[in-house]
Amino acid sequence: MKNTQFRGVRDLRRDEAGAASRAPAARWRRLAHDIWPPALAFAAVIVVWDFASQVLVSKANTLPGSSFTGPLPGPWLVVRSTWNDRSNLWPAMWTTIREVVFGVLIAVVIAVLLAIAIDWSRSFRRSIYPLMVVSQTMPIIALAPLVVIWFGFGTEPKIALIALFTFFAIAVGLVQGLASSDPDAMDLLRTMGASRLQLLLRVRLPSALPQFFTGLKVSITFSFVSAILAEYVGATQGLGVYMQTNYRGFRNDLVFGAVIVTALLTLLLFGLVVALERLSMPWRRPAQTDTRW
Amino acid sequence: MVERRGARLEVRGLAKTFPGDGVPIVALERADLIAAPGEFVVVIGPSGCGKSTLFHILAGLTQPSAGEVRFDGQIVENRLGACAFMPQRDGLLPWRRTIDNVTVGLELSGMRRAAARERARPLLARFGLAGFEDAWPWQLSGGMRQRAAFLRTVLLGKPAMLLDEPFGALDGITRAQLQEWLLDVWGEVGSTVLLITHDVAEAVFLADRVYVMTPRPGRVAAVIEIELPRPRTLAIEESAQFGAYEARLRELLREHAWAGGDAQPSSSGSSGSALHSVSEPS
Repeated sequence: MKNTQFRGVRDLRRDEAGAASRAPAARWRRLAHDIWPPALAFAAVIVVWDFASQVLVSKANTLPGSSFTGPLPGPWLVVRSTWNDRSNLWPAMWTTIREVVFGVLIAVVIAVLLAIAIDWSRSFRRSIYPLMVVSQTMPIIALAPLVVIWFGFGTEPKIALIALFTFFAIAVGLVQGLASSDPDAMDLLRTMGASRLQLLLRVRLPSALPQFFTGLKVSITFSFVSAILAEYVGATQGLGVYMQTNYRGFRNDLVFGAVIVTALLTLLLFGLVVALERLSMPWRRPAQTDTRW
Repeated sequence: MVERRGARLEVRGLAKTFPGDGVPIVALERADLIAAPGEFVVVIGPSGCGKSTLFHILAGLTQPSAGEVRFDGQIVENRLGACAFMPQRDGLLPWRRTIDNVTVGLELSGMRRAAARERARPLLARFGLAGFEDAWPWQLSGGMRQRAAFLRTVLLGKPAMLLDEPFGALDGITRAQLQEWLLDVWGEVGSTVLLITHDVAEAVFLADRVYVMTPRPGRVAAVIEIELPRPRTLAIEESAQFGAYEARLRELLREHAWAGGDAQPSSSGSSGSALHSVSEPS
């Protein structure tokens, strides 16, 4: 039990940093290794898309003088037209982003409160769980027009709909996470005289974090889709309205552009959540990336 | 044996029956033990002898079906928070750094985090954790994890410590080092220790007194006073006296392996109390 064993963590960290700076080539190789498979897959999609659009364009009988850009506009045309239409796209994007961010935030608050209540009380669990499941069986297509009738064309009803369709995955993940807390750790803190609230804050919630984030990531993936569906039914602004307007105006290129923007926004939000996940759980052992070699 | 009046911890006729699936399961049929202030008491027995149930009752996690537990002569009904309990697995919380893991009990009792850290910091070196106060549990070796868990137990500042197989998961070399170290620290802390083990040499090396428990149903079957001089070092394991204690303990464990239930051997079946008091080996 001499110096070698009691080297501080700082030394360990320094070693890690040293190993990384000693082999920058290896780091670049790893980065390249990480990037080329998705890049290749992405490129393949673009090529197939381009090819398909050219085949379909040749078959389509476009009217001279109309703005119809063919049934399947090619990737380059989509990018160009979308960029040119950015003054219309921009406000639509912002409306939808705002709806999604507020909707998901409200969903998180509701999910956290519900999950804690469900974890706390068995009878609450039994009474509320079936209701939660039922809330997810309601088709958004049927519900959205009613919400418009009740609350109008503004953004609040959209936020409510997004929250309704995204809270479930978060709540279920959190309930599961809370239930999976280490019973030994709970017992240990109880022998120290911990109250139920202290157990919740110091054991159950920290152990539930990974599953909370899993649920949140699932929710994020369909948050934008929910927003667009809600807007499709009746709204004055947003990506859903933008898509609908351009679909009716035979501007398939702009519809495609909006679809791609939606996908990028979802990826961006997903990435933000992943970053937040890493920041909020610094104690997690880093993944053993070396094993992939 | 210790005087009843002066006992820090006293257990009388403790029993625990769990309502099994139709058939009630007797985890603990009868346990009597006593520990004077500053004494090191070891409970040894095979798995299923109810030693963990005994500790859970002492720590307040379960209530006994019968019997009583006294701390300093007083019967204590709600024992949560009365003893310092160290569970079998170290129980370190993965989301707390070493320093915050060892102070978790102080924080629960209402001490501010900064004050708790200040109290723990001077002790880190003694517990072989200097330089690791900011490490996450997964960065610690098995021995360090146990020492951190033990520091957390010591910091609770309770008059009695319950250590449930603290070295069970360690390799032999680390284990021997930690046993010696534990005796040193115990000598400095002066606290009453109750330790569970199923390692005969560990029991003899550490204990002032060893309680032998037998399985199905769990009961305390024998007591041996270990009158080896202190302070002890691992060298004592080479002595003839140590060997004699070890042999006696092994014999008791073998003898009582099938005790209780239907297959009760004649040696322990006759008397009402199965409690043998074995003073000293020949």
